[in-house]
Amino acid sequence: MTARVGVVTFPGSLDDRDAARAVALAGAEPVSLWHADADLRGVDAVVLPGGFSYGDYLRCGAIARFAPLMSELVPAARSGALPVLGICNGFQILCESHLLPGALTRNSSLRFVNRDQVLRVENTGTAWTSSYTEGQEILVVLKSGEGSFVADEHTLDELEAAGRVVVRYAGDNPNGSRRGIAGITNEHGNVVGLMPHPEHAVEALTGPSTEGLGFFTSILTHLATGSPVNA
Amino acid sequence: MARVVVDVMLKPEILDPQGQAIAGACSRLGFEGIKEIRQGKRFEVEVEGVVDEARLADVRRLAETMLANTVIEDFEVRVEE
Repeated sequence: MTARVGVVTFPGSLDDRDAARAVALAGAEPVSLWHADADLRGVDAVVLPGGFSYGDYLRCGAIARFAPLMSELVPAARSGALPVLGICNGFQILCESHLLPGALTRNSSLRFVNRDQVLRVENTGTAWTSSYTEGQEILVVLKSGEGSFVADEHTLDELEAAGRVVVRYAGDNPNGSRRGIAGITNEHGNVVGLMPHPEHAVEALTGPSTEGLGFFTSILTHLATGSPVNA
Repeated sequence: MARVVVDVMLKPEILDPQGQAIAGACSRLGFEGIKEIRQGKRFEVEVEGVVDEARLADVRRLAETMLANTVIEDFEVRVEE
């Protein structure tokens, strides 16, 4: 049976169509989910896409965290059962939901960053990164104004010690993220959040590479083998 | 109606590039002797009836649940006279 991967649309989401297209290109069936829906329609995994949500007026992702859909998503993700990938605004929502530690704040440059970005993959044991090899460098897209990952030193030490840093910026730090962290995972490895956009790097026609597709083929492998994630 | 004020500030250890940019403009405008500026948020919460301890506790819960992200921000709750 084809894996069904839900893509949530919040008021202000921009990249939900791209995320759904990436899911389809990887060979899974994308399922559109609406933020105000009460249930997840039985999907096997969920992508929280980039863009904005509820205007991000309070803080990015602060209101989206309380969307009706999140009341089913958060406990399922926290238990390790439901794989969730949060991209950009989706990463911010995962941090605001406390599914991932830390927070995303204004870029240190105070400028919106929009560029092709090389990432180094450091953890290939998550539900979303098994298609990569450890240390592999991938070219994707970074486009965010509040992408600076912050957490206290103790949390940063813990993340690094447990191998929970999934991707790091290679080369210059584009936004002031602590220790160059671009993406992290939870202790089960089922929840991954990252600031850059792998879904914009899945086709030669529109992306800087096709190296972002690995996130979406990884989840297919994960769901097909039913392997327990253990980051 | 009574007003409860919630002040939210970034924790001291969190970099505040917005505050730095404002501080940078101060000397250009001729305001001397300003060492540092940090930018925060102020919420004015209008509540029904009188503000008793239970009501204040509610607003505190609202502040830590939504108004502030306690990972990066501190908050203070007070009744405005």
